[in-house]
Amino acid sequence: MSIQERAGLIITPEIFDTLMPLHMRIDAEGMIVHLAPTLAKLCPNEDVVGRSLFEVMELRTSRGIKKFEDLCNSQNCRLKMRFRQGHEFELKAVLVQLPDHGAIINTSLGIAMRDIVRTHELTAADFAPTDSTVDMLYLIEANSTAWDESRRLTRRLQGAKIAAEEQAFSDTLTGLRNRRAMDHLIGRMIENEAKFSVMNLDLDFFKQVNDTLGHAAGDHVLQQVAKILSEETRSGDVVARVGGDEFVLAFNRCTSENVLDRIASRIITRLEQPIPFQNEVCNISASAGTTLSTYYDKPDLDQMLADADKALYASKRNGRACHSLFSPNETAH
Amino acid sequence: MYGLVNRSVQCFVEDTYGCAVWDAVVREVRMEFRDFEAMLSYDDALTGQVIEAAAINLKRDRESLLEDLGAYLVTHKNMETVRRLMRFGGHTFEDFLLSLDDLHDRVKLAVPDLELPQMSLKQVSGEQYKIICEFTEAGFGAVMLGMVRALADDYGALVLLDLEAEASGRLSREVLSVNLLEASFATGRSFTLGGEAVPT
Repeated sequence: MSIQERAGLIITPEIFDTLMPLHMRIDAEGMIVHLAPTLAKLCPNEDVVGRSLFEVMELRTSRGIKKFEDLCNSQNCRLKMRFRQGHEFELKAVLVQLPDHGAIINTSLGIAMRDIVRTHELTAADFAPTDSTVDMLYLIEANSTAWDESRRLTRRLQGAKIAAEEQAFSDTLTGLRNRRAMDHLIGRMIENEAKFSVMNLDLDFFKQVNDTLGHAAGDHVLQQVAKILSEETRSGDVVARVGGDEFVLAFNRCTSENVLDRIASRIITRLEQPIPFQNEVCNISASAGTTLSTYYDKPDLDQMLADADKALYASKRNGRACHSLFSPNETAH
Repeated sequence: MYGLVNRSVQCFVEDTYGCAVWDAVVREVRMEFRDFEAMLSYDDALTGQVIEAAAINLKRDRESLLEDLGAYLVTHKNMETVRRLMRFGGHTFEDFLLSLDDLHDRVKLAVPDLELPQMSLKQVSGEQYKIICEFTEAGFGAVMLGMVRALADDYGALVLLDLEAEASGRLSREVLSVNLLEASFATGRSFTLGGEAVPT
């Protein structure tokens, strides 16, 4: 007695097509008897009915399938299959044997559903109403839209964050680092136990420029000073404006007294070149004082800045426009 | 209110009436920023204020402006995503109407904190439907009216629509009657389930 008779059911091919639009039926010899409408749409050749399943499809299980008997033995287990021609997508499948020793293989689109639906221009009508593929596609699309928006927002916030940081760490007039940035960067050199030097530099006669030619001239001079200081230092060095006409320079991996003296002299010489502003000429100079991290057992930023200041005042006492090095031995007195 | 809602109002005003009108709305409402972010949350009251300001600026009544907003969401090329997500509701216009019951939950799956109106569909007779739209704010009914009208066009269906507001406690309850005169009156716009073909 067949299953149909026992259950009192007559199931027509049309019923199968509605319930499982992605199934196929094969006979006891492994020949394809029928392709349900949606599976037929995916099939690259039109005349596959009557041909051998193995000729048309490539099948995979965990066990491997070579012959039709292998396939019949893998009843109810997970299968993967693809059309041998012109079709790179793998379908999920399950095989159930029929009483006449033929079989039904039902398939679903699996993880490649979006590409398959797109390539074959499937519509909602191609799926059984109970199939959740369409819902999945909806979710994929809604989700990727939400993700795109989130990514755009993150990018905008990241841009705003960089701009805000840039602003928080730079002097708006000159574009040089400000005191906060200087603290941070020199602090990092100390943490890294780098050898470095700190130079304090004050402009001389800057007040006169401001008083006689006005603030616009003063601002212009400061911008030119910034340009010169940036040109005379390396990218790993720090150039900060820490007061009206006060600058701090930190030279990374440079503790040669001779080299620092030469750098300071070059800077001072360049700063003494007359700076044209509108129809006037501004004349300034600078005094500088430097201390080296190698003077200390444990370099401390505040201590170093104070010692560089002492050297700077020595320069001022010596008639300005010159550079002095801090003498560690003097502090012993 | 979730930013997506406010952002759509902004896009609608800018795409339809120009950025100058939106700038005027921003000034009128005294917003501290110009652009809404779709994925951030904003004070609920702000949405109402923005719509009010836009209506005054454009000398339109609130209801008809919201209807246009609904139509914009479905028809404007910048909002193709919305049209597509709505068209996922079903292969035919009737299927689409039936899917409105699930819209709230579907949206929740993709954007869990987006609060949209709870909608339910009642079939009154063969071609007569009622969409019941319940929400904390009034006005979504008008947006739905615009959207359903535009979607009927999209599917090629011919419908008669009518909106009534009902008082119902603290929730706003709006009922949109849909009379489906002809399901396939014209050729609708195409909809491909898998999205636009990827350029190869």
